[in-house]
Amino acid sequence: MVIIGAGMAGARAVVNLRASGWQGAITLIGEETLLPYDRPPLSKSMITDEAEPAPVWLLQDSVVASLDARVITGNRAVAIDRLVKAVELEDGERISYDKLLLATGAAPRRLTVTGGELVYTLRNYGDGDHLRNRLRASASAAIIGGGFIGLEVAASARKLGCRVALIEAQPRILMRGVPEDVASVIHARHAEAGVSLHVGTGLSAVETGGVVLADGRKIEAEIVIAGIGAAPEVALATQAGLDIDNGIACDATLRTSDPDIYAAGDCCSFPHDLFGGKRIRLESWRNASDQANVATENMLGGTKTYTAVPWFWSDQYDLSLQIAGLPGDAVSTVRRTVSDSAVLIFHLDGSGRLVAASGVGQGNAVARDIKLSEMLIGKRAAPDAASLADPGVSLKKLLQAASA
Amino acid sequence: MSEWIEACAADDIDAEDVMRFDHGGRTFAIYRSPDDKYYATDGLCTHEKIHLADGLVMDNIIECPKHNGRFDYRTGAAKGAPVCVDLKTYPVKVEGGKVMIDIG
Repeated sequence: MVIIGAGMAGARAVVNLRASGWQGAITLIGEETLLPYDRPPLSKSMITDEAEPAPVWLLQDSVVASLDARVITGNRAVAIDRLVKAVELEDGERISYDKLLLATGAAPRRLTVTGGELVYTLRNYGDGDHLRNRLRASASAAIIGGGFIGLEVAASARKLGCRVALIEAQPRILMRGVPEDVASVIHARHAEAGVSLHVGTGLSAVETGGVVLADGRKIEAEIVIAGIGAAPEVALATQAGLDIDNGIACDATLRTSDPDIYAAGDCCSFPHDLFGGKRIRLESWRNASDQANVATENMLGGTKTYTAVPWFWSDQYDLSLQIAGLPGDAVSTVRRTVSDSAVLIFHLDGSGRLVAASGVGQGNAVARDIKLSEMLIGKRAAPDAASLADPGVSLKKLLQAASA
Repeated sequence: MSEWIEACAADDIDAEDVMRFDHGGRTFAIYRSPDDKYYATDGLCTHEKIHLADGLVMDNIIECPKHNGRFDYRTGAAKGAPVCVDLKTYPVKVEGGKVMIDIG
């Protein structure tokens, strides 16, 4: 068993292959020089912690040894030879596989404006380390993109005392997949923290010492950071002739167009039964972990389909946002005001079925309700709108009703 | 050495639910099971120190609100990735409508 990509999905795959009883060889190939580590801290504690940061390991040396796996770091798979079933590494080594898992992840999109090469992006530990050092040495920062990465970095930069400007070309932050009621809470929190938010404003250039907006205004910044989305890493799969469709195209069992090659995590697209078999691609921590579990079971002969409800979180300041399901599939929403500082939005499709829930609150104030919503979504439940809107109606009761 | 302290009133917690209890700089989670028994564990997930009382109780399982680590709150047993370290549990008794835990 060979796995290319040593992020969350790759690390999880190693563990689950052994847990599922595979006794043969396991090789994990990672480009970075580090063993697999957890990425969520990179935009948050890694920047803000006073102490020198250290990776949060997903697979430590001792675990790798106890699993009897070979982990190759600081090397890159440069080709897949599907005829002889072997992976070729940059240093010339060839590694044969019975089954291969592609967990190649995604790479940050780069700005195409003049000066785009001056901009920092954040994906791996090295990026995080550069960003931390540079932000700590800067009095001002401009962040391009009001998505999760941009907003989390904005919150971290404010915590360090940087003057922060955030520039979003869309009419509001978090346009993709987050309802306005939730985005507005996050927007207000950033404004309260002193971030200067410029929404509906394009960028025309990045210069040394700042950025120029489309309307000609200049914003001074000692560091410019872009968080404008990520593209799936499909180069290796493309060159190997695998089908590509918004990522490495898989079936519901996460198998690619080659029966001996599977894919998991940010790099792959797959049809999701809960959403009418629509092909989707998810970039999230839990998806990477869950998909690795399913893909590895199937690499060992299973026929499991991936049906988990998509779930995502983002922490900014004292707020945590969580989303379950696919809000984009909804035609209407129902608001539940949980408290002064916590709100839930339920997303319903045309038939009244719950297809997503999103929420924001202090700490983990909405976590439990989002978890229950996730279970309701998984059951294709269609709770009535009045119950969903009423904070006095427990979602657990609605779940029990849906299960009855 | 035993050190029994009062955590909350028995009816402060719904059946199949959890509540946070802080005492002396420590934090605990107190559970009431679907069959009306009470249990207590350390309040923070062994994975990344998240308050478990914000998580969801289903049957005898508490699920961490952040990374979905699961524990059997009756025994503290970790139920698989990402958690691998068991939760510490504490003896519990109910006396006169009060939930007492032994944090000694």
